[in-house]
Amino acid sequence: MTGKLVSTDVLVIGGGLAGERCAIEAAAAGHDVLILSLVPPRRSHSCAAQGGMQASLGNCVKAEGDNPTLHFLDTVRGSDWGADQEVARIFAEEAPIAVRELAHFGVPWSRVRGGKNSYFIKGERVEIEERPENEGLIMARDFGGTAKWRACYAAAGTGHAVLYAVDQEVVRLGITVRDRAEAVELIHDGSRCWGAVARCLRTGEHFPIIAKATVIATGGYGRVYGQYTTNATINEGMGAAIALNTGVVPLGNMEAVQFHPTALSPSGILVTEGCRGDGGYLLDKDLHRFMVEAEPEKQELASRDVVSRHMAQRMRDGKGVETPYGPHLWLDIRHLGEKHVTTKLREVFDICRDFVGLHPAHDLIPVRPTQHYSMGGVRVNKDGQAYNMEGLFAAGEAACWDMHGFNRLGGNSLAETIVAGRLVGRSVAKFAAGMPLDTNTSLAFEATRHAESCAEEWLGRSGDGPGVYELRDAMGETMIRNVGIFRTGEELEQGVNDLRTLHEDCDKAVLRSKVPGMNPELTFALRLKSMLRLALVTAEGALARTESRGAHFRTDYPLRNDAEWLNRTLVRWQADAAEPEFSYEPVGLIDLPPGHRGYGSDERIELTTPVDDYNADVDDQQEQHGKLGTMEPMGSRIKWRAWEQSV
Amino acid sequence: MSSGVTTAGRRLRFEIFRLNPEDPNSTPHMQSYELDETPYMSLFIALNEIREKQDPSLQYDFACRSAICGSCGMMVNGRPALGCRTLTSDLPDVITLHPLPVFKLVGDLSVDTGTWFREMVEKTEGWIHAKEAFDPDAQEERMDDDTADAIYESDRCIECGCCVASCGVANVNDDFLGPAGLNRIARFAMDPRDERDNSEWFDVVSNQDGVFGCIGMMACHDICPKELPLLEVYAYLRRKALASAFTD
Repeated sequence: MTGKLVSTDVLVIGGGLAGERCAIEAAAAGHDVLILSLVPPRRSHSCAAQGGMQASLGNCVKAEGDNPTLHFLDTVRGSDWGADQEVARIFAEEAPIAVRELAHFGVPWSRVRGGKNSYFIKGERVEIEERPENEGLIMARDFGGTAKWRACYAAAGTGHAVLYAVDQEVVRLGITVRDRAEAVELIHDGSRCWGAVARCLRTGEHFPIIAKATVIATGGYGRVYGQYTTNATINEGMGAAIALNTGVVPLGNMEAVQFHPTALSPSGILVTEGCRGDGGYLLDKDLHRFMVEAEPEKQELASRDVVSRHMAQRMRDGKGVETPYGPHLWLDIRHLGEKHVTTKLREVFDICRDFVGLHPAHDLIPVRPTQHYSMGGVRVNKDGQAYNMEGLFAAGEAACWDMHGFNRLGGNSLAETIVAGRLVGRSVAKFAAGMPLDTNTSLAFEATRHAESCAEEWLGRSGDGPGVYELRDAMGETMIRNVGIFRTGEELEQGVNDLRTLHEDCDKAVLRSKVPGMNPELTFALRLKSMLRLALVTAEGALARTESRGAHFRTDYPLRNDAEWLNRTLVRWQADAAEPEFSYEPVGLIDLPPGHRGYGSDERIELTTPVDDYNADVDDQQEQHGKLGTMEPMGSRIKWRAWEQSV
Repeated sequence: MSSGVTTAGRRLRFEIFRLNPEDPNSTPHMQSYELDETPYMSLFIALNEIREKQDPSLQYDFACRSAICGSCGMMVNGRPALGCRTLTSDLPDVITLHPLPVFKLVGDLSVDTGTWFREMVEKTEGWIHAKEAFDPDAQEERMDDDTADAIYESDRCIECGCCVASCGVANVNDDFLGPAGLNRIARFAMDPRDERDNSEWFDVVSNQDGVFGCIGMMACHDICPKELPLLEVYAYLRRKALASAFTD
């Protein structure tokens, strides 16, 4: 049975930080906003971010001289030059405002304590005198791949504290939240989006929501890696999937998948980078601190892609601790002392005690690199407007905005959710202002009917086909085995073939349960084919990209190749087409020319065209790939060559 | 602290409450499932195993599976607990699971905590009542780090609902703010950024739906998965209420 049609000015799909911050901006501008969320918003996966949020406040001694330009430089280098540099610049400029706004919303940021403070830096205990005049300003800790201490934090529960503060504002503004509801299909006519079809996860009923503007803010697609992810069970990538399923909206850089160096082994629960930021070590089975020789300059605090690769290599070299669940390495924070571990890293203490029964001030923590973050997502322009689909926006991890390129720096995701939420919220508000909601409701009911028929089709199947969880597990195993940290053409090809088979098998799968209501098995089955499509475009994108850049590492093409691959992968998939279509657009205007990141390999294939030539037709080329017009012209926010004084 | 070590070859029996409100033929009943225990088996692992291999209709909620999102509160052998951080090795061979009381049932072990907590936040106006509008060009207001730590300590509540389920008063009085609600009030009352004064807090706190409704059984303090110091929180609120009564 179809539920009642709902209408709103702005529909935000996803109740995490990016979605909620965007909703606040649109609501504050006077729009009627509806947030759709799989779970109560405070249970969104944003709450699991631990260690920090990057913003160049420069309040503590180790952050002195920091500024948005240095943050911009670190972000572009971290991305291995895959980022859109204008977006990285906008982000770095606005991150300090975002952090201060969160203080205004109530986040209990750790503060500078004037006078003598004791820190661990590169294996040494160091006493630093914090300036008394900075007492009480927002403190920062060190994180990977940054020139300064820049990660603002609240113990190791930063995401939780930020999410609660932002959700408090959502409640204060009286924004409607519909939790336990899932967007299963966008309502669109091929060039204009008019909302989404939702499925109620209490009753199983479908209902159309029509909206002037629709925002996808559903987070990443880590669960296509099955259990080999730090992500929550709800991070199944359905926002990216419903965009892909339109056939016209491209996803960007889906092969850019981050592996976090320190997930608990074997459960995959995240242990924050803040552990290494605060002075923690990585040790192999001989208790040898291998990162010192691997990366003499940054040691444990190189970027995540680089650290994860060194760790994976160490385990390949037989230096991992063998267990029935596979090898792991050790994270050592014992020397930070009991007080630090139980206060500034309190959540790490809790996790270690609750899930592996150890005390991190006395015991080593078993860790291994695990899928963590999706740099790829719904491709949008700098205003957050999706390519090829007017009225559709995306923000946060679900989007490919694209400030992370091929590797995101730790602490830049929390910052992105708020900065992008503010900015995309403003574009959405502007877009929806004064616009009539003049859509044809038959479009909405047609889409609803289609979504319902998908559920009916599953319920109508019978026979002895495979079960949905069996296929999910096979997908996860394929992804970790063939599309992991080290990739080769041969393994990727095998992975693509295996995923194609699973994609076909999905049409033969049958449900074991046909109970009325939301039916948890049916709920998952309705996502399965979409997840397989996301997995396939990830694997195929990785196979096609014959270079190594950031987190995408091909052992058969180990060099970054700026001559041929300084571009962004775009993929579209027509609803009834057998194959996705890949195309490539320039990464964006280049301000900082490609060079060495300061860690990792210094070898690469150089860009052959002069940067000015590269920049000359970026706008035109991106428009040909579906980019819609922006409120300000391309490049308006770049501070050309402002970085020159800083290198 | 849990050992995670299992007794060799234990066969566990789960007795699980079942009711699907969307199915007119469904009636409340207990259903049994059996499972071989594995090392470090949590209720997250066990329930997934049951649903995926034995009974795909079983409803429950998990998201982060690392005790930070608060989705998986349930009654485990009569005590409220987070399923994800409850290891079977800490439990006897027979494990009985019920949904949390007080909250509206969604189905089987799944309850609607979202609606309850949104209402609580609305009732307590659980947000910063700022003195001034945010100025994007200004440096942040200073705060003492000890104050920030103290606010963070009570801000750590994950709204799992375990305390509410364990509370004798919340189980009989729908209007009682509950341990999580009182903790929220304390969190804002101690925050110097919030402009509400003692007399305003007095109205919310000082009646039988507030801190004086608590009859002091303190099950909440014992079962809070985040180990919030609720005993101290109530003492703080009572003192604050008293102070405001004498000063007004």
